[in-house]
Amino acid sequence: MKTTQILIAGFGGQGILFAGKFLAYKGLLEDLQVSWLPSYGPEMRGGTANCNVILSEEPVGSPIVTSPDVLIAMNLPSLQKYVDAVVPGGQIYVDSTLIAEKVERTDVEVYYIPATAMANEAGVPTLANMVMMGHVLRHNPQLTFEGTEVTVQKLVPPKKVELVGLNMKALEAGRDYQG
Amino acid sequence: MAERVLMKGNEAIAEAAIQAGCRHYFGYPITPQTEVAAYMAKKMPKIGGVFLQAESEVASINMVYGAAAAGMRVMTSSSSPGISLMGEGLSYIAGSDVPAFVVNVQRGGPGLGGIQPSQSDYFQATRGGGHGDYHMIVLAPASVQEMASLTVKGFNLADKYSMIAMILADGTIGQMMEPISFEDVEVEHYDKPWALTGTECKRKHNIVNSLYLQPDVLEKKNFERYEKYKVVEASEALHESYLMDDADVCVVAFGIAARVAKNAVVAARGEGIKAGMIRPITLWPFPKQALSQAADQVKSFLSVELSMGQMVEDIQLATGCRRPVSLCNRVGGMIPSPDQVLESIRKAAKGEN
Repeated sequence: MKTTQILIAGFGGQGILFAGKFLAYKGLLEDLQVSWLPSYGPEMRGGTANCNVILSEEPVGSPIVTSPDVLIAMNLPSLQKYVDAVVPGGQIYVDSTLIAEKVERTDVEVYYIPATAMANEAGVPTLANMVMMGHVLRHNPQLTFEGTEVTVQKLVPPKKVELVGLNMKALEAGRDYQG
Repeated sequence: MAERVLMKGNEAIAEAAIQAGCRHYFGYPITPQTEVAAYMAKKMPKIGGVFLQAESEVASINMVYGAAAAGMRVMTSSSSPGISLMGEGLSYIAGSDVPAFVVNVQRGGPGLGGIQPSQSDYFQATRGGGHGDYHMIVLAPASVQEMASLTVKGFNLADKYSMIAMILADGTIGQMMEPISFEDVEVEHYDKPWALTGTECKRKHNIVNSLYLQPDVLEKKNFERYEKYKVVEASEALHESYLMDDADVCVVAFGIAARVAKNAVVAARGEGIKAGMIRPITLWPFPKQALSQAADQVKSFLSVELSMGQMVEDIQLATGCRRPVSLCNRVGGMIPSPDQVLESIRKAAKGEN
């Protein structure tokens, strides 16, 4: 049974929950079993947000991510808080515009993506989250980039169809980034 | 097959209620169930339904009482402290024998408590909630799909038995998103000759009431109601068995605790421990027969709960205390990890508490 536990963490307003929803929908459209669980407690009210996504070939048991296979850190406190929880052999994605620190662990794959700077350069400054997701799709063994546009269409309200193109721009930038 | 969409548990309740024919929602916002009300506020006006944010939970449950007396499919939703405020109204509804659908997306208590998930309203829900002799049918979903299917079932059962059906969920199941489809919605229809729909001068007027000042009349009402409860207990208890065929240790858990426990049961099997799980889907009626049968086979039970062990008593009662029942729990908004449950399973397998 193949299961990927994903933890996305950062500040409120960075689109953490939306990024998680994107991965969950992508998994759903690839016929995986998925769950998505947001933080809604005191930590959210303190300005940080995190989101648990599980992708599995079997029905998902606990929706709570305790040992992430994938950590996507969008700010320093989140990286520091969760870096040791990642399983050996797991993946850590770091927004290197916002996080200067390097990961000291050698038993995980670490990808540094200057997502916030890239989003600014691409003219989509609010979509650093999707730049990160583009890079995740490139390296995640359970998901592919194919069908990404259909996923984005599911997530964007019909009245804001112009956002599909902007999200795709961010996702493609992330996919094509050579770290 | 109907398309699978991602939905939050709370939204699934609201959509399922609409599909079940509910056109009257009364409520008051409280975390972590507010999405139910938000969804209803958006949808009800578009389909000719009523969404009304009352001035308090006391008011909303009495609005539910009124619409229920008129024979409408009606609901409210709240979270733990709000349900306590509704206690009086729940008792009046039960004492009037009208159907209503109530959702409790539990948070940590007692008091104002916290806003994180909990299952510590188990006693309150399974023993009635308000004053007097009565029961509610209590349904415990463990997935977003079940939030929907048990909502439809709840409306059907409420009408079938003219009693309150309650969804007893928790903050995690309410807030999480999972794929869901609405293909199997089966709405049952029951006549409500007692409903206050206007006589048009063609029939004797109906009375919906919970006041019976003559003790012999009130006693008769209570006896009759408990005859109905016997039927419910005999025919409506639901549970899911998981890996129970050869189990030595039976984990008992519902809602989010059952999701976590399932991971631990799988891990225990990986270690060669014969663990299985019974997941009560109805908490009242409690699946007594399934537990009693399990007691013939297993060496011990392990109750996994987000409470101080409120379900332990029901397991002991159902099994006649024939096997030891131990407890694995976290409270106050915390959730046990699969590792904590696994450790408890190991101890139970060794006969330790």
